[in-house]
Parts: sequence; structure tokens; C-alpha cells
Amino acid sequence: MDFDARGVLRTMWRIRAFEERVGQLKRADEVHGLIHLSVGQEAVAAGVCGQLRDDDPAYSGHRAHGHAIAKGAPLGAVMAELMGRSDGLCKGLGGSMHLVDTEHGLMGATGVVGGNVPMALGSALAARRAGRDQVAVVFFGDGAVQAGYFNESVNLAALWELPLILVCENNGFAEFTARSEHSKVERVSDVVAPYDFTRATVDGNDVAAVWEGFGDFLAAARRGRGPMLLECLTYRLRGHYEGDPAHYREALAKDDWQEKDPILRLQRHLEIETDEFEREAHAEVDAAVEFARASPFPPAGLMGELTYE
Amino acid sequence: MKTTYVKALVAAQAQAMRDDERVFVIGEDVAEGGPYGTTAGLAEEFGTDRVLNTPISESAICGVAVGAAQSGMRPIVEVMFIDFVTLALDQLVNQAAKAHAMSGGQLSVPLVLRTQGGAGRRWGAQHSQSLESWLTHIPGLKVVMPSRAADAAGLLASAMADPNPVVFVENKTLYFKSEDVPDQIEPVPLGRAHRARRGSDLTIVALSRLVDEALVAAERLAGEGIEAEVIDPRTLVPLDLATIVESVGRTNRLVIAHEAVEHGGFGAEIAAQVQAAAFDDLDAAIERVGAPFAPVPFSPPLEDAYVPGADEVYEAAKRTLG
Repeated sequence: MDFDARGVLRTMWRIRAFEERVGQLKRADEVHGLIHLSVGQEAVAAGVCGQLRDDDPAYSGHRAHGHAIAKGAPLGAVMAELMGRSDGLCKGLGGSMHLVDTEHGLMGATGVVGGNVPMALGSALAARRAGRDQVAVVFFGDGAVQAGYFNESVNLAALWELPLILVCENNGFAEFTARSEHSKVERVSDVVAPYDFTRATVDGNDVAAVWEGFGDFLAAARRGRGPMLLECLTYRLRGHYEGDPAHYREALAKDDWQEKDPILRLQRHLEIETDEFEREAHAEVDAAVEFARASPFPPAGLMGELTYE
Repeated sequence: MKTTYVKALVAAQAQAMRDDERVFVIGEDVAEGGPYGTTAGLAEEFGTDRVLNTPISESAICGVAVGAAQSGMRPIVEVMFIDFVTLALDQLVNQAAKAHAMSGGQLSVPLVLRTQGGAGRRWGAQHSQSLESWLTHIPGLKVVMPSRAADAAGLLASAMADPNPVVFVENKTLYFKSEDVPDQIEPVPLGRAHRARRGSDLTIVALSRLVDEALVAAERLAGEGIEAEVIDPRTLVPLDLATIVESVGRTNRLVIAHEAVEHGGFGAEIAAQVQAAAFDDLDAAIERVGAPFAPVPFSPPLEDAYVPGADEVYEAAKRTLG
């Protein structure tokens, strides 16, 4: 698929504007719970999801807003979910870490790090059994790689040659701790090497590189090949969660960030003005906040009604 | 016709696979039939594409089943011993049980997790436990515990038709007993108890292997002119409280018996629900029978003494009668 520069730029701005507003609304106590923002990591969501179809099952983790938006979830419904409202994606019962939008193929986001990986195998298995060319994708951070079921899952995915693409957002930190303190293996793509995965590590702040790397994998997976792992080296501009003082790392100097910011990089590359996309994104987010604020809280008994089908 | 519990389970799984292409079996050694033959012959009939042998990776196996179920399949996942459910609990408790509610009703997880528990085989403390009460504590899971072959097949048929995740807890000592079952599998609804014996002097609610033990105790009591009613709930979640309360309303005495450790066992939940619903009907304190608060011992005489049976049920019945 040809690189859709304007499309990914638009998506990245939508995520950036959304996340920054969520940060403000969290401080104002309008969105609730543990909030993990993906500011700085937009290129991965945009570069990957921009090439997926609605029927490609995708799984995310606790840092899920960007993936949901890039997969097609309406901003108003995501914002309403974070506010715990009836018109949220999950009727206000899931929250930030549990976004689901089956209409657009977001099959689950989990707050248990790594727990989404085996589930993505299950969706890949279902697609293959049904004879469809869907490709399952799972997003996770470098912290998930040390979880037991990650290793169980890569073994099984390789054994069964599933049409599955693991997308690792390696931002260098598992919660508060640098990767070097969690593992001797620096590159996540090396972890799966013995399993004969198709694998690559790309600059996750270069959306064109993400697009190209993922696009190659996706084309092969559509033909039934797999599994594959794409490691995207990126950087989390915020703390682990909103409110995390992030004392554990050096603040990135502003000049460095100008170099790394995936949005600014693409704009420099394309030599286009920011205004159009940025303005449009902020307007959409304004409308999303308005939509969410107008939505009522869910009725008290709803969780009980939905505990069983 | 005559069959065994284990053959009834195989027949019910085969029937489910014949009826619905989306059904598949996944677990360790399932294509080989497993150590008890609970999946014997399925790979031969349906192929190894639908009877999936896995590495020893309970967590991933259960996760794969959850993902497949969410994507439209109907998996039967076998965890060889309930002791190993510990390794799959994250996927079962944090994912399967909550997906429907947390997604606002978007996701369904129609999976059946088959496993077996129970002592009596000298398998030691890590292959003999009865851990069902943990699972009953999780909203979103249904928990089934058949005590005989006809129910094993009938409950499995209903579990397969259910849109929710169902944990199906078998007992290894029941597998090979010869029993009469209907020629055709008759679905047994989840949440309906079975009255295994009629009586008017006391009610014994017994789970799984303890149902037969309660019937033995009831015969001994009958020799003394005491008629015990024996109720097998068959399903712990949802629980058929109405049948138990109706019985207690007539007998005014209740014994609850299971093999699991008494402390924190499901008997405590039944007792609490019955006293809340029928306190005025009770003429004696509710008695519970369960294993001691200790791991299952290996040494044969110690294991035999540890596992509750007809003697303990009989003694508990006598205590309720004063």
C-alpha cells in the first residue's frame, strides 16, 4: 500500500490533540482512573492502523487511546468512555485501559501487561480456520516481553505459523524502569529470533519507516504468512501514567524532542504547514469533549445486567 | 445404555463438534486422548486442525481460546488438572470473565474450560485439589460440576450452547464407573439441581464425588429410620437455590458436603444463602463436610483419612438431628 502521508499526519494530529486534552481533563478530574498517554508514540498507531481493515482484529494494552483512534473509533465515543459515560465505546464500563470497538476491529485492550498477546493468537487462529485473509495485530510495550505468556505465545504462534503481527512499541521503559534493568536482550526483535519469526526493528518515530516496515509484513501475512514481529523504537513524552512525576529519567531537552517528534518530522519532510491538520484535530477534539460531557452516566445496574449474556 | 462418565464426555464433545464447525478442542495431549481418555478418538474423527495439541503453556492456551471465542469460534479448552488452572487464571479471570461486561456488551466469550480435580489417586498435593470455589467467586464465569455420566454429557451440551465462559469441573475418581445414560444426549440446563434421593428428615446438598458418598450415608441413616433427601446442585454458578430452600422447608435440617477444603469452600456460600432465605425453617445449625485445612497428603492412609466420604456425611447428619 502506498504511503498515505496526509492520512497518517491527520491521524497523528488527532491522537496528539486528543491525548493532550485528556491530560488536561484528567487534571480537572473530568476523565477518570489510570490514564496512560501515547504522546510521542503516534507514528506507530498511525503507520500500522492506517493499513488495516475494519475486519482485521487488533489488540492493545493499557496505553490504548492512540490505537483505538487510529483503528477508527470515533473520538467522541472514546472521550465519553474515559469520562465513564453511557455513550462511551463500552458504555462507560471499560475505561481507558479497556477500550473495545468491535465495529472497527479493536477486539480488546487489556490492563494486564502482555495478556493481550495470546488473545491475538486466538483471533489469528479463528481467521485462518474461517478461511479469511484477516491479519491479527497486537500492540504491546517492551515491558510485556518479559511476561511469561509472551514467551508461551511466540512459541505457539511460530509453531502454528499464524497470520499474526506483533507490534512492539519499545519506548525504553517498562513502567518506571529502563529496559536495561529488565533484560539482557536489548532489541525485542532479537527475543523472537530463535522462533524463526519474520522480524524487524524500525525507527518508531519515523512514520514512513513504520508504514513501510509494517506494510511489507502485512502483505505477506495477507497471503497466510506469519508470525512476524515489528519493533518500533519510540519515546514516551509523558510519564508512565498521568501524575507520574517521572523522576526516573532525564527530561528530554526541547531541542532533542523537536528532532524526535514524529509529527514535526513528517511535516518537515513533507514541507507542509501544520495549521490545517492541527486545527482540524483540535476542532474534532472540542466536539468530542462536548459530546462526552453531554452524555449521561450509565444506569446503576448496567454492570450487573451485562455480567452474563 | 451403559457408559462411563469419561465416555459420556467424549460423546458430548464429539456431538458438539459434529453439530457446529466452530467448535474445536485445545489443550495438552488432547489429540492423543489425554491421560484419562477424555478426548479419545476426537482427533481421529475431526482431525488435528480441530483437536489442537499444545505445548505446556496453560496461560497461552487459555488466552488463545479467549481470543478465538471473541472472534466467533466455540473452543473447548482442556486444562489437564484443576491444579494447573492457577497458570491460566489471568486469562480466565481478567479476560474471559469480564470481556462481555467491560466491553459494554460488544464481546462474547463462549468458551468451555474443562478440567478435573479431586484426590484419591495418590497423586500428591499438586494433582489432587478441589479449587472450584475460587472460580465461583468470579462474576462472569459459570461453574459446572457434574457427579454422574448423564449429567456430564447433558451439562456439557448446555455449556457449549451458552454464550458465556463456562468452567466445567470433572472429578477423576468418577471417570470410569459404569452408569446408565439415555441413548441420545439430553441437555441438562445450567442452574437446575438434581434430587438424587427423596427424604423428609434432613437435606444433604452434595457436590461432585460427594453425591455418591451422601447416598451411601443416606442408606445407612435409612437403616435407622431417618430419611435423608440428597440434592446435587450440578451447577454452582448459577446455583439452584430454590430447590435447596424448598427441600429445607420440608426437612428443617441441612448438611452440605464437598471434597474441597471446608474453609472458604463453596459450602460456606450455600450455607449463607440458605440461612438468609430460610432461617426460620432451620431447626439445627447447618453442618458442613469438607477436607481439613491442609494440603492433600500423599501417603495412602493419610490421603484416605483426609478425603471426606460417607462416614463424615453420616456423622454430620447425626449432629443436625441432635
